[in-house]
Amino acid sequence: MTWVNAIVQGILLGGLYALFACGLSLMFGVMRIVNLAHGDLAVLAAFLAYSVMSATPLGAFWAVVVVVPVFAAFGYGLQRGLFQRSLAISPLSTLLVTFGLSVVIQNLLLQIYSADTRALDIGSLVSEGLRINANISLSYLALITFGLAIVVIVALQVFLSRSRTGRIMRAASDDQEAATLVGADSRHVYAVATAIAFATVALAGLMFAMRSSFDPSMGPSRLIFAFEAVVIGGLGSLWGTLLGGMVLGLAQTLGAQLDPTLLLLSGHIIFLAVLAFRPQGLIPARRLA
Amino acid sequence: MTLLELDGLTVRHGQLAAVTGVSLAVREGETLAIIGANGAGKTTLLRSIAGVLRSSSGLIRYDGEDVTRMPTHRRVAAGIALVPEGRRLFPSLTVAENLATGTYRKRPGPWSMDRIFAIFPWMADRRQQSAATLSGGEQQAVAIGRALASNPRLLLLDELSLGLAPIVVRGLYTTLPQILAEGTTVLLVEQDVSQALRVAVRCVACAAGTRCSTVDRPT
Repeated sequence: MTWVNAIVQGILLGGLYALFACGLSLMFGVMRIVNLAHGDLAVLAAFLAYSVMSATPLGAFWAVVVVVPVFAAFGYGLQRGLFQRSLAISPLSTLLVTFGLSVVIQNLLLQIYSADTRALDIGSLVSEGLRINANISLSYLALITFGLAIVVIVALQVFLSRSRTGRIMRAASDDQEAATLVGADSRHVYAVATAIAFATVALAGLMFAMRSSFDPSMGPSRLIFAFEAVVIGGLGSLWGTLLGGMVLGLAQTLGAQLDPTLLLLSGHIIFLAVLAFRPQGLIPARRLA
Repeated sequence: MTLLELDGLTVRHGQLAAVTGVSLAVREGETLAIIGANGAGKTTLLRSIAGVLRSSSGLIRYDGEDVTRMPTHRRVAAGIALVPEGRRLFPSLTVAENLATGTYRKRPGPWSMDRIFAIFPWMADRRQQSAATLSGGEQQAVAIGRALASNPRLLLLDELSLGLAPIVVRGLYTTLPQILAEGTTVLLVEQDVSQALRVAVRCVACAAGTRCSTVDRPT
């Protein structure tokens, strides 16, 4: 029965990983940008929420409502102001810029908040859950996170396939110049994509911070999980990212069931196995959506 | 009335001047063909009118306004649409979606989806097909449809015949009168001189980037 619990927990954990990964997947799919600061942005969002909750009487829910749009705006500005310039130079330059951004964010957080771990206080919700039987219990927080991941990925999918902006985003990722020829301002289109990606990573960071404590140096390990989820699922497919997240989560919890020290290693082994035997990922898609 | 005016336009590719000091005028409603050998700078000229390439000197006046420094997406909003060389459809989108991208900067006008399907009847049945699986001629038709979807005043056609069989090219050009009937001004670049002369009243012959002469179609 504990194995069943491990499977259930793995799937729910996968929701969190998928939420982390979809912003990474979107930025790569639309603009071919690998955002090495992705994990640090999640941590930044968590600290921002922490400050909001400390300075105001707002609870965690309202902190999410505040931080996610702020991050979307931040993403829009960063794309127009920073990434757009580096994109014009070369693909490698943007990679280096995001690497630099990662270093800056970590040190800024260290400077402002010190290395102490923090947590977002959500009261008793953190330990409440649905007791299925003696072995299986579903934490409300994990369920909410999983639900949010599904909603976000479905919404993104619908946005990309049905909406006017989503369609032009897919077009711009196919052929940027041809997209300009139909009247798209590629700077704006890309900035919208980045804004969406930043909003999702902020949400992921906040959901993570509610279940676990965080500190300024946790960014890179979050990035690794997001990266692995994207690669396992298949580059360029949002459904793949969801699946990849769940596979990673499952690998980790099942490995931990065997031996608690195997948690991280099992995830990495599955990632390497996918790279070795099916490098295009589980749901390969040539393009986004 | 003059819709487009080029005045001493020079466009460089790095050090190479692809177009040197070209001046021409296009009247509203007319069809002007630019003919000439490969490398004469015809595509460069069209791309700089569309705004994709920046000119190094000279003036582009559209509808009386100086648009030389105007970015491409604003020119589309103003009514200039380019059907680029090599079709350049979006391969991960369907036919219908490709046409729909043309409406991103839609202007008021007669070119609705129904109207476009009316001049290319086969498209209506194949609208869910992926654009990457179309033949060259079909892709060219969708590319034209995509440009028309924005309801342009000035339609720029770049080398429609490139890589297509003559019979396919003739079929595409038979749709041109229907486009012109709506009052659209057409500026086309064509290597196939006889085809160009069949549709255009005026021709401009380019050689090595400098306009040589205007040829009026013999009546």
